[in-house]
Amino acid sequence: MAKKQLVRVKVNGRDREAEVEPRLLLVHFIREVLGLTGTHVGCDTSHCGACTVVLDGKTVKSCTMFAPQADGRELLTVEGLIKDGQLHPLQEGFKEEHGLQCGFCTPGMLMSSYVLLQKNKMPSEEDIRWGISGNLCRCTGYQNIVKAVQYAASKMEQGGAK
Amino acid sequence: MIPPTFEYLRPSTIPEAIAMLQQHGDDAKILSGGQSLIPMMKLRIARPAILIDINHVAGLAYIREEDGYLKIGGLTREADLENSSLIQSRFPIIHDTAHVIADPQVRNLATLAGNLAHGDPANDHPATMLSLGAKIVATGPKGERVIPVEDFFVTLFTTALQPDEIVTEIRIPLPPARSGGAYLKLERKVGDFATAAVAAQVTLDGNGVYQQVGIGLTNVGPTPVKARNAEAFLRGKELDEANTRQAAQLASEEAQPSSDLRGPAEYKKGLVKELTVRALERAAERAGK
Repeated sequence: MAKKQLVRVKVNGRDREAEVEPRLLLVHFIREVLGLTGTHVGCDTSHCGACTVVLDGKTVKSCTMFAPQADGRELLTVEGLIKDGQLHPLQEGFKEEHGLQCGFCTPGMLMSSYVLLQKNKMPSEEDIRWGISGNLCRCTGYQNIVKAVQYAASKMEQGGAK
Repeated sequence: MIPPTFEYLRPSTIPEAIAMLQQHGDDAKILSGGQSLIPMMKLRIARPAILIDINHVAGLAYIREEDGYLKIGGLTREADLENSSLIQSRFPIIHDTAHVIADPQVRNLATLAGNLAHGDPANDHPATMLSLGAKIVATGPKGERVIPVEDFFVTLFTTALQPDEIVTEIRIPLPPARSGGAYLKLERKVGDFATAAVAAQVTLDGNGVYQQVGIGLTNVGPTPVKARNAEAFLRGKELDEANTRQAAQLASEEAQPSSDLRGPAEYKKGLVKELTVRALERAAERAGK
């Protein structure tokens, strides 16, 4: 077995660390070592985006990165969206606009939409579709996902929420 | 999918990384974006015993104009190219290309250097770099070596890079006035490889005569294709529809696609022809005709 690597990350504002085999994928580190199972393993081949997390402010597919690559960096997962017991406007939008059916793609959709709204506060439909183009929904609920993101954009614009 | 076990090394300078490559030879692979390498390791098509993660090497991510070249650093990500105002205004062909590679998450990690060094004819940048006459800077134990991109792609997944060399920079000659380029790709869905794609870079004179022409083709042969006959035909010719169509015909004859899930070979040749027409037209438009 290869020499273990110490991985130190800040996840959803909390410092965590563990020694892991270098080949451990980031998604398994998040789910099995840190115990944060909101991030999903979908296709496991870098296509579907269910494993999308935010690494230093940018979306990445955590199934296509080794855990040691995240050492010293900051991660945001779907568990980090809720603030003081309040759903994030995106989570609220997905609930209100029926932006999920089976819900498997939802964590990844939320993280991609989160970064999209950080960069573009009032995205057009095309911007949203492009922003989530690395995330697949097998229920083909894209119409409502777009509406959910629009809901969140309006809500954030009004409320100044982040 | 669990990749085979490997030792993980994290150099902080290029000389350190090269020393590691020298020590471990063929057993080692460079990890930069990892967006091609990691999927191949998960499928166990690639089984490096050592991974040398160069992401902590400082000063290797940049986009700048210098000494008559656009210089792009070895760790510059696709998303950096996509978002660069310099690229958008001066090299729309590179923006076209970066914008259609994989998807947003992959572009946040994937690098231009990796896209070239992987040696995959289905990758998008090789055709664009062929059309632009780029030079690839490979750094090894003896220092830098500059490889013209047309000599870089040897065969499927094999490049002119030596086992102890790393791509540290890509240099693109600054095009003269009245130049323009475009990259057009047909893909089945976002994230798919091209069914076929065409890069065209042209320079016109004041009378609308082609001075320089570069045409590169994606995923229609064992290596990225430089459509030399089409380029030679257009040089010195006037910009008109008949010449464009003839060049596109020549480009489609230079393509050597194979039939696969993305379509039969004849269809792909037809596609190259049409995409060449459109890429040349857009390139000429951007050159200001």
